[in-house]
Amino acid sequence: MARYTLQRFIYMIITLFIIATATFFLMKLLPGSPLTNQEKLTPEQKQIILEKYGLNDPVPVQYVNYLKNLVQGDLGISFQYDNRPVTELIVERIGPSAQLGFQAIVFGTIVGLLLGIFAAIRHNSAGDYFATVLSVLGISIPSFVFAALLQYYIGVKLQWLPVAFWQGFEYTIMPTIALSMGVIANIARFTRTEMLEVLNSDYILTARAKGISQAGVIFKHAIRNALIPIVTILGPMAVNLMTGTLVVEQIFAVPGLGEQFVRSINLNDYTVIMGTTLFYSALLILVIFIVDILYGVIDPRIRLAGGKK
Amino acid sequence: MEKVLEVKDLHISFDIHAGEVQAVRGVSFDLYKGETLAIVGESGCGKSVTSKALMRLLPTPPSRIKQGEILFEGKDLTKLSEKEMQEIRGAKISMIFQDPMTSLNPTMTIGNQIMEVLLKHQKLSKNEARNRAIELLQLVGIKNPELRIKQYPHQFSGGMRQRVVIAMALACNPKVLIADEPTTALDVTIQAQILELMKDIQKKMGMSIIFITHDLGVVANVADRVAVMYAGKVVEIGTVDEIFYNPKHPYTWGLLASMPSLDHKDEELYSIPGTPPDLLNPPKGDAFAPRNPYAMKIDYELEPPMFKVSDTHYAATWLLHENAPKVEPPKVVQERMRQFALSSGKKGGEFRG
Repeated sequence: MARYTLQRFIYMIITLFIIATATFFLMKLLPGSPLTNQEKLTPEQKQIILEKYGLNDPVPVQYVNYLKNLVQGDLGISFQYDNRPVTELIVERIGPSAQLGFQAIVFGTIVGLLLGIFAAIRHNSAGDYFATVLSVLGISIPSFVFAALLQYYIGVKLQWLPVAFWQGFEYTIMPTIALSMGVIANIARFTRTEMLEVLNSDYILTARAKGISQAGVIFKHAIRNALIPIVTILGPMAVNLMTGTLVVEQIFAVPGLGEQFVRSINLNDYTVIMGTTLFYSALLILVIFIVDILYGVIDPRIRLAGGKK
Repeated sequence: MEKVLEVKDLHISFDIHAGEVQAVRGVSFDLYKGETLAIVGESGCGKSVTSKALMRLLPTPPSRIKQGEILFEGKDLTKLSEKEMQEIRGAKISMIFQDPMTSLNPTMTIGNQIMEVLLKHQKLSKNEARNRAIELLQLVGIKNPELRIKQYPHQFSGGMRQRVVIAMALACNPKVLIADEPTTALDVTIQAQILELMKDIQKKMGMSIIFITHDLGVVANVADRVAVMYAGKVVEIGTVDEIFYNPKHPYTWGLLASMPSLDHKDEELYSIPGTPPDLLNPPKGDAFAPRNPYAMKIDYELEPPMFKVSDTHYAATWLLHENAPKVEPPKVVQERMRQFALSSGKKGGEFRG
């Protein structure tokens, strides 16, 4: 298991390096520069600033400098916010985003699993159809529509929860629910399919032939095996959540990273864009890393295969 | 001899979109203490459905037991609740399945899978159950059981997994062991080992075995009695000698003729012409008639009853009626019967295909 984990970790570092490189060169292809909108500056002044930030150096030199700084954890300084370090900006904004994302994925996974298991056990009954309709709705309706509906009915009409802003736990409930709808729907759909397949497999018949009760068969034999493929979709789901937060944060006026990211792109704030992209990527890779480890925990076959290869 | 299990006129149907598939249409047989009864027949003849029905493992719906009784220890299994069946499954009647590669849970250790059945049916502590699991693995010939119980199914070969499945089925000393094609998915050398193991264990533990197979070579090797099934019915039943040396039903002749043999290298292997009937609309009369070269007019109109050949031997064919013309089995079958007679007394693996 340790060897498997280490191997995954090395892959993770390599992936991160590739993403950093790609982001850097893509950024160089972006039209304009951070100074495009600064009409007050004379060409000479612009030259001085470009020189100061090393933007006049040949691209390979810039790339090497960038990597050097990156290894030391330095993401550079922002052009738009008076030379504040990008790291500081990210740290300042990450709290609300992370909390929302985390709450949404935990809540969504738990509800989705329950719904999916319920649907599989009540296969082809009214309960199953209800769960299926619910997940189709959840998948096809984007999170910002849920966000607006929640705001209107629960926030404005019923006045149960605050409509927007970020001043305590009750402010997180509606954005969390809006974000988790997609997670619930996806997980429920997958869980249902997987459970149905697992429940039809030979080893479930063996378990039943041993005299194990229906509940025992489901909890001891079926769920763990059904979880294996579900863990796979947790990775992409996390990405969905990240992009989902961009919009949902705007709607609920949450001071998160997403809002900042969008503004930086409009302003060509190279370092912030690169820093945030890299940060998102690192987060994603971390999620995939955790998913890989989870695989090993759930499925003994993977644990060993990883060690041998 | 003491009867352990009695199946009486069992009918099982599957309700599907197109209608009612009558998979089992009146099967009756007895199982005696300590014997091995083989149920043979080609795919779709209802042998697996029958065996699963004995343990009430068929999903309902779509399946349903239309009529008939399964008597075991004075109770009719078809009438028991799911809860009552759970007490019987794995404890008094247990089952071995065809494919050892898929019949073990891949995410559970072998030890836990064996202990599970012990903890369910016997009042054992976890420690006692573990010790018993080690004993069972030893019994089925797995080396280093102390180490092996901590391993997962993927760390075992196919033959070893089937041994584990057998250990699991034997855990609670069942009265009846149902083996549904237990060697079909294994290669021939492993097949022989598993069959030897099963015979050996039966001698030690004295349980009755219902052995489902389509391989007559295996039947000759393990069975005391044989029931031949066709289209959801038992068409001939008798001791293994009666079925091999004195078969009466044309379908049994066909099965015997289509067994590969070492002595007939150059001949083309016989196969029964045609296909089994569609059990969605079972034919009138004898279901085998359209494939039967000896079919008479009555075969298409009236189902033959079970004619008695001896106290232990019955066959459902009009050829046994006193007014029927005298028909000898085909030459190839007579040849086979002679060979079987010659090699009797040294029953072993030599019939295996």
